[in-house]
Amino acid sequence: MTPKRLFPLLLIAAVACGGPPDARSAADLEPPAPPPLPWERQPSDPPAVASPLVALVGGTVMTAAGRTVEDGVVVMENGRLHAVGARDEVPVPDGAEVIDVSGRFVTPGLIDDHSHMGVYPSPHVRATADGNEMVDPVTPGMRAADAFWPQDPQLPRAVAGGVTTIQVLPGSGNLIGGAGAIVKLHLGRSVSEMEFPGAPETLKMACGENPKRVYGSGRQSAPMTRMGNVHGYRAAFQDAIEYGRGFEEWQAEHQSWQRDRQRYDAAVAAGEIDPNAADPGDGPSDPGPAPLPPERDFGLERLLGAIQGRVLVQMHCYRADEMARMIEVGQELGFRIRSFHHAVEAYKIRDLLARHDVSVSTWADWWGFKLEAYDTIEENLPLLTQAGARGILHSDSAMLVQRLNQEAAKAMTAGRRAGIPITEDQALRWITINPAWALGIHEQTGSLEAGKMADVVVWNRNPFSVYARADLVFIDGQRVYDRAAPNPVYRTDFEVGQDLELAPEGDR
Amino acid sequence: MRRCTLTLLASLLAAPAAAQAPAPIALVGGTVLPGDGAPIEDATVVIRGDRIVSVTAGGAAPAGAEVLDCQGATITPGFVGTQVPLGLVEIGLEPSTVDEAPEDDDADPIRASFSVVDGYNPTSTLIPVARRWGVTSVVSTPSGGLVSGTSAWLDLRGATLDRLLVEERAALHVDLGDGGIREGGGARSSALNRLREAFDDARLYRQRRASFDRRGLRELSISRLDLERMSEALGGDFPVVVRVSRSHDILRVLAFAREQGVRLVLAGAEEGWMVAAQIAAADVPVILQPMTNLPAQFSQLHARYDNAALLHAAGVPLIITTEGAHELRNLRQEAGNAVASGLPADVALRALTLEPARVFGVDDDYGTIAAGRVANLVVWTGDPFEVTTWARQVFIRGESVPLTTRQTQLYERYRDLEQVPRGLRGLPRAP
Repeated sequence: MTPKRLFPLLLIAAVACGGPPDARSAADLEPPAPPPLPWERQPSDPPAVASPLVALVGGTVMTAAGRTVEDGVVVMENGRLHAVGARDEVPVPDGAEVIDVSGRFVTPGLIDDHSHMGVYPSPHVRATADGNEMVDPVTPGMRAADAFWPQDPQLPRAVAGGVTTIQVLPGSGNLIGGAGAIVKLHLGRSVSEMEFPGAPETLKMACGENPKRVYGSGRQSAPMTRMGNVHGYRAAFQDAIEYGRGFEEWQAEHQSWQRDRQRYDAAVAAGEIDPNAADPGDGPSDPGPAPLPPERDFGLERLLGAIQGRVLVQMHCYRADEMARMIEVGQELGFRIRSFHHAVEAYKIRDLLARHDVSVSTWADWWGFKLEAYDTIEENLPLLTQAGARGILHSDSAMLVQRLNQEAAKAMTAGRRAGIPITEDQALRWITINPAWALGIHEQTGSLEAGKMADVVVWNRNPFSVYARADLVFIDGQRVYDRAAPNPVYRTDFEVGQDLELAPEGDR
Repeated sequence: MRRCTLTLLASLLAAPAAAQAPAPIALVGGTVLPGDGAPIEDATVVIRGDRIVSVTAGGAAPAGAEVLDCQGATITPGFVGTQVPLGLVEIGLEPSTVDEAPEDDDADPIRASFSVVDGYNPTSTLIPVARRWGVTSVVSTPSGGLVSGTSAWLDLRGATLDRLLVEERAALHVDLGDGGIREGGGARSSALNRLREAFDDARLYRQRRASFDRRGLRELSISRLDLERMSEALGGDFPVVVRVSRSHDILRVLAFAREQGVRLVLAGAEEGWMVAAQIAAADVPVILQPMTNLPAQFSQLHARYDNAALLHAAGVPLIITTEGAHELRNLRQEAGNAVASGLPADVALRALTLEPARVFGVDDDYGTIAAGRVANLVVWTGDPFEVTTWARQVFIRGESVPLTTRQTQLYERYRDLEQVPRGLRGLPRAP
């Protein structure tokens, strides 16, 4: 982030120093390039990762890419999957550590695109409740990463549930809460050591009851109604549009200034004018210093990013009518919604969601905790999948995240009970490649395909069983969890020394 | 006095039942997990009226019986939801639909006379949802305060109390978790003192009722109705369920119950495994949620997945519950996860059936599949705890109940979007 912030200063410095003056006449000059914008960041290559050459041999490999391989082989090294296939297709390379997983099941690492771990950690106390900046309903400048506590005891328990990547979101108290943090669950000392390399920025927004309850009912301030909610998004995005326009105007001004500068420098070089003389003579006048860019606003910049498509909008929204409305509001203001979260009524507008390619992140069966969650049906995900929409099973819970596989199984079962034939591959996508898509990381992870990140789980039995447990979890090819190891669940700093008076019995 | 409600009800039901003489129902060919013994393969379960009349292996269906082919199915007693406010809450955040506790923040934290049956809504849409997944009875439980009130055992069928109430006062509920401690003054000692004073007053009231009526007693700390209810708990009419988490708090509650002479049941007990031997020695049952494994509060830093298994291994009787009334359909998932963490499957089943019946005093009628018991049972497509099975058929008091819910009706409505009103866009196009 630091280089990005410094960018305008560097830019100004570069322009002010200028290059060697061009002696050609002003009319011959190429039109100057517009100055780069502060949010235009250079793509960076993912960091090189060292991990051993490992072959998982003999398991049932569920790829989440349309293929299930009995007696399969998965080869990984240096953070990447090298090969995935049947035993007769994929040779086990020499020197590989061979792990016999016959009778067991291999899946991609699970991905939860809706988590508050790290910003609402355990234990739940005021001191670490850091997920909702509820002082203003519009706080797009917030970033969950800035509050993420990597010692949250919830995190290693999610790993034990086979979860390898999560999106940590600000809460839904605000209309626009801020940026999510995409983190991989190889634990680190700071969020920077866990952030998913190259993941696009995301933006949390919230519809419905929460913002109007927090502000309207809680504080007698806007928004008090769903009208106020939508007005709040409109006003914020309009500000962002104008913010972007300010930069466009600056770019134009800057280009014109560069032209003046070039003309002036050329005239000086040609001796047409003498800047040091009392009367410099007839010719262009000194254009002075470069025009300064508008004042930077990190929040508006993120909203502008949503309009420009570089920031993926994650919108908390339960009701079908509100989701439909938000798609229209997005069209009007120029932003797309990447995923509706919670979305218990998505089934009512599944045709619309499929047509607009908006994904749906929801639960298997949560309902009734508030009125906008009253129309949950168990067949929500199956109906969405049947309609060609992209369904995602998310947790929003440090309990549920430990059992995403069971929740997907429940939704799959509800579909089958209703006569909607959901396959295990489809159900697996709800917790792997589909959330990866919602986060814009689907080309990097989310399925077992050669070249992708080696985020892999070995289950002791079919993961769509209540009795299934993750035996091994690999993230970037690193073994981060091994159920057979003594004390397999990493004990965070917080947990150290809490049990000095306990008898040493059994594993935690 | 304990089962007068049910006895009366049974005799009321008997009259029209006898007049109609309904045909017996025979469930044939399934595997019966009776709740208190070995599985019975190829079983024949015969139901007549609201009771099970026989359970045999390979037995013939009686003449004239309605025969249901249960081959490949597993039959269990109906599950019992406990420690949840079913029928007392419709929408969690809408106070007008919530009757599990007084809304007023300043309400007296001791409200022993708060009675679930006064607020129970048998038409709640939560009830069919629980039933669809094999829950046939509930011990609907109040919440909040330090003494929350009394729970009731109800069957999940019928629109009026006379058809569904089994036990009006199943237990008195006390909260010594973080919430109850806060309501009891904010410290463990202040909450326990409040409780101690209330029980002491109730004992005095119990011993010297006549003096109380003459206003001949010192000032008592709680209201007359609360005294009445707590005095019944002291008399052993029903158990006292105490919500508590921390291991050492559990020991304090065991001592408190001994000192007061009440029949104790622990609920929550996230750190129960640490004092399992003491709980077992006191012969105190525990109501717990097996999937709770997070150090979510300082009072449960040692919560762990195998709490149920460790408590069972120490000899503690278990009842399994789940997060709340809306989540009752996931009782079986809780049980399945307890099994995956080491609890024997038959113990997990018992924890959803016979153990709640025993703890709340209705095990003569409920909790097992056996001749003479109320015919609350569930026909599953397979392993009742597995997340890929479902309840094919649910019987409550001998009646096969519809598995329709508000949710399945919404599904039916939206199964074909062409059938849903869609404004102008949904109108047929002009030719």
